[in-house]
Amino acid sequence: MEFSYFPGCTLKTKARDLDETARLAAEALGVTLRELPEWQCCGAVYPMSREEIAVRLSSVRALMAARDEGRPLLTLCSACHHVMKRVNHDMQTDEGLRTKANNYLQPDKPYAGETRVVHYLEMLRDEVGFGEVARKVTSPFKGVKIAAYYGCMLLRPSAVMRFDNPENPSVMEDFISAIGAAPVRFPYRNECCGGYVALDDRGAARKASRRVTRAAAQHGAEALITACPLCLYNLKENGGGEVPVHYFTEFLAAALGLKTLEGGLARAS
Amino acid sequence: MQRIGVFVCWCGSNIAATVDVDAVAQAVKTEPGVAFSTNYQYMCSEGGQAIIRNAIAEHKLTGIVVCACSPRMHEATFRKTAATAGLNPYMVEIANIREQCSWIHKDREKATVKAIILSRAAVAKLNLDSPLTAGETPVTKRALVIGGGIAGIQTALDIADAGYEVDIVEKTPTIGGKMAMLDKTFPTLDCSACILTPKMVDAAAHEKITLYTYSEVEKVSGFVGNFTVDIRKRARSVDADRCTGCGDCMEKCPSKKSKSEFNQGLSNRSAIYIPFAQAIPNVPVIDREACIKFQTGKCGVCQKICSAKAVDYEQQDEIMTRRYGAIVAATGFKTINLGRFEEFQYAQSPDVITSLEFERLCNAAGPTKGKVMRLSNHETPKTVVFVQCVGSRSTVECGKTYCSKICCMYTAKHAMLLKEKYPETEVYVFYIDVRTPGKGFDEFYRRAAEEYGVRYVKGMVGKVAEENGRLRVQASDLIADKQLVIEADMVVLAAAIEPDPSARNLATLLTASMDTNDFFTEAHPKLRPVESPTAGVYLSGVCQGPKDIPDTVSQAGAAAAKVIGLLAKDKLVGNPCVAGCNEPLCNGCSACELVCPYGAITYEEKTVMDHGVREQRRVASVNEALCQGCGACTVTCPSGAMDLKGFTNLQIMAEVDAICR
Repeated sequence: MEFSYFPGCTLKTKARDLDETARLAAEALGVTLRELPEWQCCGAVYPMSREEIAVRLSSVRALMAARDEGRPLLTLCSACHHVMKRVNHDMQTDEGLRTKANNYLQPDKPYAGETRVVHYLEMLRDEVGFGEVARKVTSPFKGVKIAAYYGCMLLRPSAVMRFDNPENPSVMEDFISAIGAAPVRFPYRNECCGGYVALDDRGAARKASRRVTRAAAQHGAEALITACPLCLYNLKENGGGEVPVHYFTEFLAAALGLKTLEGGLARAS
Repeated sequence: MQRIGVFVCWCGSNIAATVDVDAVAQAVKTEPGVAFSTNYQYMCSEGGQAIIRNAIAEHKLTGIVVCACSPRMHEATFRKTAATAGLNPYMVEIANIREQCSWIHKDREKATVKAIILSRAAVAKLNLDSPLTAGETPVTKRALVIGGGIAGIQTALDIADAGYEVDIVEKTPTIGGKMAMLDKTFPTLDCSACILTPKMVDAAAHEKITLYTYSEVEKVSGFVGNFTVDIRKRARSVDADRCTGCGDCMEKCPSKKSKSEFNQGLSNRSAIYIPFAQAIPNVPVIDREACIKFQTGKCGVCQKICSAKAVDYEQQDEIMTRRYGAIVAATGFKTINLGRFEEFQYAQSPDVITSLEFERLCNAAGPTKGKVMRLSNHETPKTVVFVQCVGSRSTVECGKTYCSKICCMYTAKHAMLLKEKYPETEVYVFYIDVRTPGKGFDEFYRRAAEEYGVRYVKGMVGKVAEENGRLRVQASDLIADKQLVIEADMVVLAAAIEPDPSARNLATLLTASMDTNDFFTEAHPKLRPVESPTAGVYLSGVCQGPKDIPDTVSQAGAAAAKVIGLLAKDKLVGNPCVAGCNEPLCNGCSACELVCPYGAITYEEKTVMDHGVREQRRVASVNEALCQGCGACTVTCPSGAMDLKGFTNLQIMAEVDAICR
């Protein structure tokens, strides 16, 4: 199983843990990740304007590079995944944008959204299979109550993202079960963490993040997992420290016996 | 050689605006066999029919082609016209230049060419038509009603009052359906049980009505006037003739942990049970899945204490075969599964309930004896949020696109009942639109909003979350254009309704069609709303589309009137367009017998002359009384031996040739 891999800027700076543990785990699961050479920013925020072309171009470059390598494109950061999948969808369905982007980039072969964009979690679910993940686990997190935090960007808009049911997702809970832990479902697992508002109005971000961490704690979670560096930042810095927050790949690598969980688990008992 | 008249209809501007009707009439004049052609504004009107009758007499026509709307609309009309002018009614062909031409095209020139082609195809077919005579079949004067809710009960009562025998088949242990679960009914707030139970008793006591509860339709064969139906009477494990309905068995039954279906799972019932006090018949049934005797063999308490010796563990399902002239589907509805609407936390929080559950909480005979309480702590809620359109008018996958029609009114009812019982309660209703198009409905809703002080908010609830023992409801108020957060004690969801799951299988048995939502389709959405396109099958109640009790009762009566009209006839004129076997060509392969949905084809040993040689052969034989003329056998037959009268292989080929010319 081979994928072109787009790590994104944050995974090279603040979210090194996410990148490193994801690569370790992929190797152990027999998945080869080939980092795209000379990748650039994904565009960071999907533009609200339908006319906006410049922001989309950087995603199109990565998508086109994966197409030329003949592999599906694997992403990890929720924001990168969100922008890539939506821009790819635009390239498939919006003739105007497609023409503009191709005119601007002048590629040898015009791009029309041929690349399949796959999130790491989708890869675990659909390509490796959670059954296979469970078989490879050597240090299961038996009895540990873990709550999954999806945030918004993986799930919505659901018609484009086609990631999971936006109101009742299950892929991360299935992942938690696969590493031997007990998933905790709580009502705010798909609500906003505060996102970029943290830069502008920290109070608002704090309110949103606290609501998430408090609800997780009330439902008995010993840890929160996420795929998104921005969510992790908000839940950690603005969430009031009620529950430890980790990338899901940190748990995966630990369960596969590759790297111990940073900070360990403060068991309530 | 035929002498054919062609009559091109304008249908006002429906056809004439897109098709040059005069050009069509002129163009077909040169077709072989055409002796006369004309066009007229409305062929189906009395004036139009007179033109046809006069032309038949004047030009000695042997057949007519009417270029007009779909044959489903007016074929019967024009056959009658032809018959009154002395023609065989089957010497009539319809060229559909409306639904299949003018309505779907814009380019007048091209549409006219297409209309000419369709018309000459009809002429080509008519050239090969021969007069047909329909046979007659007797009518079995008994009706079957499937479903024992208010729709089925009303239909059965109306048919029985006209003097015909009716059987009601109900799959649950009692008749009464969903209406029996309701506390009050809108817009009059009268007690549901008070108006329903007398009807249930009437149905049970009526000498012309036979009830088969805990029973299901298993097989249907035959056709209008002559259906044969297998009914499975499931084993109650209680002898209905002996049982006195004393209830001792239910009291003594040690297995009391089954969820009560009648109370929406809000209370428990015993394994041997009567669903509710007014159930009909008042005879318990043993739920074998829950019964200790059936599961482990050890128990038998109910049998020991039954003084009437009615409990019978050996009882078996029984299959009865009965004959009917007409069948009415009245299979009703259920509320959709809310498990996938996680934003409302229905599956997670006991204080988030459906409207039907709320109905049971309001009911004096319900699980809380009429006290509205939070199921988490049995306290009276101080703030209650009603959410309408949960899964209705929805574009998400787990929802329904249609309006469930009853929710606006019952939510207004619930809000009022709550305010009446607990005037201090703060009540919110979130809505997309409030729809109140029934008699007295808008006044009812306004009473809730204006007199009872129910707070109606236009907007939807986006999230319900349990927080500190209460429910935090996030919603938007579209008129004030702001986000609301309400701390509520109870959230009531008006779940969309969908057809009962048994309807799908029944539709297959009846060869009745359904729409994409599994509601039965009517023969015509406006003009034949209680008939299924399958002759002899009628529709009553929500199985045809969402409707409230007043509408259901009206439709039930309408379906009954149609059934009575059918049963009042002694004989039905059959369809002469039936299949026949050209025996010298038949090789006895059985392909036609296998595809025939009506069991009309059998095989017999016959002496057949083939190229002057006398041979003993196995050949197909068609029972013309059973054949419905579907044509499946004619396309299946590998040797071209099967042919359909009125639609012969030669005629179809002639049409194709005329189109491709």
